[in-house]
Amino acid sequence: MKKIVFILTVLITLGIQAQTPEELGLQIAKAAEQADLGFNSSTVNLKMTLKNKNGQTSERSLTTKTLELTEDGDKSLIVFNSPKDVKGTSTLTFTHKVGSDDQWLFLPSIKRVKRISSNNKSGPFVGSEFAYEDLSSQEVEKYTYKFIEAKGSLVVVEQDPVDPKSGYTRRLVTYNKDKGYRFEKVEFYDRKNALLKTLLYSNYKTYKNKFWRAGTFTMKNHQSNKETILEFSDYNFDVDLSEEDFTQAALQRIGG
Amino acid sequence: MNAFKRAGNATNVFARSWANFVIKYKWPVLLATLILAIGLGSQGNMEFDGDYHVFFSKSNPELEAFDALQDKYTKDDNVIIVLSPSNGNIFTKENLTAIEELTAESWNTPYSSRVDAVTNFQHTSAVGDDLYVDDLSYNSSLKTDAEILEIKEKALKEPLLVNRILNEKGSVTAINITVRLPGIDLNEIPGEVTPFVRNMISDFKEKYPNFEVYTSGLIPMNTAFFESSMNDMGLTMIMLIIVIITTFILTRNIWSTLATLIVVLLSIMSAIGFVGLMGIKLTPPSSVFPTMILTLAVADSIHILVTMLQKMRKDGLNKVDALKEAMRLNFMPVFITSLTTVIGFLTMNFGDVPPFWDLGNITAFGMGMAFLYSTTALPALMAILPVKSKVKKEETKVRKDWYASLGNYVIKQPVRLTIISVLVIGGLTFLATKNTFNDEFVNYFDETVAFRTDTDYIRDNLTGIYNIEYSIGSGESGGINNPEYLKGLNAFEDWLNEQPEVIHVNAFSEVARRVNRSMHGDNESYYRVPDNRDEAAQYLLLYELSLPFGLDLNNQINVDKSETRVTVTVDNITSADMIAFSKKGEDWLRHNTPEAMHAIGVSPTLMFSKLGFRQAESMLTGNIIALILISLVLMLALKNFKLGLLSIIPNVTPVLVGFGIWALYKAQINTGMVIVFGMTLGIIVDDTVHFMSKFLRARRELGYDAKQAVVYAFETVGKALVTTTIVLLAGFAVLSTSSFALNSYMARITVIIILAALIIDFILLPSLLILTSKKEVVTVKNIEATQVAFDK
Repeated sequence: MKKIVFILTVLITLGIQAQTPEELGLQIAKAAEQADLGFNSSTVNLKMTLKNKNGQTSERSLTTKTLELTEDGDKSLIVFNSPKDVKGTSTLTFTHKVGSDDQWLFLPSIKRVKRISSNNKSGPFVGSEFAYEDLSSQEVEKYTYKFIEAKGSLVVVEQDPVDPKSGYTRRLVTYNKDKGYRFEKVEFYDRKNALLKTLLYSNYKTYKNKFWRAGTFTMKNHQSNKETILEFSDYNFDVDLSEEDFTQAALQRIGG
Repeated sequence: MNAFKRAGNATNVFARSWANFVIKYKWPVLLATLILAIGLGSQGNMEFDGDYHVFFSKSNPELEAFDALQDKYTKDDNVIIVLSPSNGNIFTKENLTAIEELTAESWNTPYSSRVDAVTNFQHTSAVGDDLYVDDLSYNSSLKTDAEILEIKEKALKEPLLVNRILNEKGSVTAINITVRLPGIDLNEIPGEVTPFVRNMISDFKEKYPNFEVYTSGLIPMNTAFFESSMNDMGLTMIMLIIVIITTFILTRNIWSTLATLIVVLLSIMSAIGFVGLMGIKLTPPSSVFPTMILTLAVADSIHILVTMLQKMRKDGLNKVDALKEAMRLNFMPVFITSLTTVIGFLTMNFGDVPPFWDLGNITAFGMGMAFLYSTTALPALMAILPVKSKVKKEETKVRKDWYASLGNYVIKQPVRLTIISVLVIGGLTFLATKNTFNDEFVNYFDETVAFRTDTDYIRDNLTGIYNIEYSIGSGESGGINNPEYLKGLNAFEDWLNEQPEVIHVNAFSEVARRVNRSMHGDNESYYRVPDNRDEAAQYLLLYELSLPFGLDLNNQINVDKSETRVTVTVDNITSADMIAFSKKGEDWLRHNTPEAMHAIGVSPTLMFSKLGFRQAESMLTGNIIALILISLVLMLALKNFKLGLLSIIPNVTPVLVGFGIWALYKAQINTGMVIVFGMTLGIIVDDTVHFMSKFLRARRELGYDAKQAVVYAFETVGKALVTTTIVLLAGFAVLSTSSFALNSYMARITVIIILAALIIDFILLPSLLILTSKKEVVTVKNIEATQVAFDK
């Protein structure tokens, strides 16, 4: 009964009629996208801590710049600050709503930009428990959806990746509908549909009274017992970046 | 009077009142033993553990080193599926499509974390500043013939594929499924992974009948261990039938046969209860315990029953009197022989291989219970059962004469026989030293096991099954990108590839070279490690960003990027060669690289290679203790220090003879054979005890001289020794049919040892008894008083 009431509430809130769990799931994903719309651009510093089963750790630090786009996927630029031997290495990614993303890498050691042509987004990002596909811009078109359940303000939606080369069969995303549809938890199921990883979001803060950003991502791999923690700091939503800051030339400039 | 005599009388009194008690309260006694056996049996829980880790104790240094390596990278158990298409060419549209399909299905294997195949190999290529990383063959069904030819050329040039995933001709290929087992449930492999893989393969064969499929790897090996445990347990049934037949032939009485059967079954039931209570997980070596107990326990019953029936048939005693007499005469011998057997089996605990601790403890417990049931349930049953026997005319005269004439033959030429024996034993002892340890785990299984034949096929046609791994450190975080490190690693890789026994080397330096080439527009002259640290680090970062799920470098590089793993696949070489090879690699690193890069070789192969040596070393103490304890028991039982010492000769030499003959037969010994000294000592000592006790009785009670005493011993126990030897030989012969070499070799050498023991006890022992007694003046004064414990 509660579930039905909730579904109705969601429907009314959204002002859209949805009958099937698939449609409802899609609506929730769109609502989440909608809630995060309009941040334009941001920068953030990021500390990545890798932990293996025995608690040995290894750290990397990066800076990420993101430019919001509406017709196509977001553009992002990541600069590695440490370890020392990769300092200045940067990646530029154009996310596409349909098809594979474009990616360039600037290598300061040879002062060249390399284009990576690969459909592989499922591998670990710099040896961490995050796959590139876990970190890239969450475009609605990249998944199909299915509403699973609602508990209080939490809504669980199953998302099945469209890309056949994804490392997952599905992921279960827990949204918080009262907090701008922010992600609370994501559970990743591997190709044989066994639980692979759980990602928990914590230390949320709002920026510009609207945009929820988690201060900490904790990704736990249940099969290898390894863990990666991402700590975000110095979020800046006032940088006012433009398309010119996301070109190959800009990539070279920043890295060098 | 001496204390022994009183002790002797005391045991006699004890045995007699025990017999009286058991016969008087036959029903309660029988009921009590049944309740005990059923109570124990109800606790029984037989679980099988096929994990190869069971062969290594927690403190095994090789296991610790290997676990440490797996903790640093990834813990890899694997299934290798090898495909051989009938047209002899992997690279056709149809075959690649089939392989791609099976690869995709392999990802669904329970607990799989990675699947490596020729089709999903991540091929890197470069055009200018564009870098392409992709599956070597994706959507193969859409490829043109020209594209497939190109794929073939690329594949056959790829050092990471050739001799590992693909043979040099491109006619045989492998899919390697890496499985990461949680290790919580024993059923993970036999109940989940193996059935899945078997189903997948049978579906594949049905759809693509043009492929021959072979499987190997650590998971199939574990399965083979598991299944051979079950098979060897099945040998129990054969042994049971043999026990029934033997008992019937020896006693010629259906009720005795039934009683014996009940006693051995109660013993096994109790042992099964022990397994459950102790939480023991059965493994191939320990799963033979029912056959062992059957073999050894049946002797107790036979001794008692044969005496009883003899008393009835020959001496015309009634059933109850005959039973009491049989109990009185056999109580001590059965107790002593059970005790020595228990001591022998318990010495297995000194070894370093846990499955043999279990075998020793279960069998020791079973033998203890067999003694209890033989002296309680057996007489109670015989008292209850309607055993009838006619008094027969002496008909064993002929056979008795045969034993007597053997005795007469021996006493005529003790010196000659001693010299011949010493020469033969000496020669065989020399040969025994020619045996070498070999624990090649593939050869643990004989050709009736699919794991063995499949693995042999893979070795002959694709790659090696044995490997050694080195975790090579750089001494600093991120140091694997240091050019000095990469050069050292590259040199090690090159050196390894030059070694004749090496089939394939998987080292990070190969990745570094490949990426460096790609970063320079696929220019072959850049197929070398980068010579600048930042370059190497940034290339690696780029490369890692382009790898897909499950095909990353985490199995090769540690989290801190301070160490990498070198995996060397080697040909099938013996354990000793394997250890030597690993050492050679360690030495090379020590002489040619900075200290941080020094590493020790580890792998399951090496662990097994060193297992036999480790077991032999640790069993040495156990064997010495067994020898001392059993000799002490003998001295006490015989009440003679000198003969106790002398008994060491016929007890130790059969083992030397056994290993000497083995050197002529196989010349390779495995871990399972290390335990036979302690084990057979506890068993063969019975022969010596019986023979010597009769000899002593003749000297002490009957006043015979040494030669006469020997003939007397032959006449009285000759037959008994032959019959128990036959039962033992039958039991171990059954075990020697096991498809699992740790069991079958152990059983085969035990057969030789038991046979040798009988011959030595019939030839060398009497000769020695005569020679050492020569100068002794026999004192016949306390004949009437001295009761030998082994009186019969």
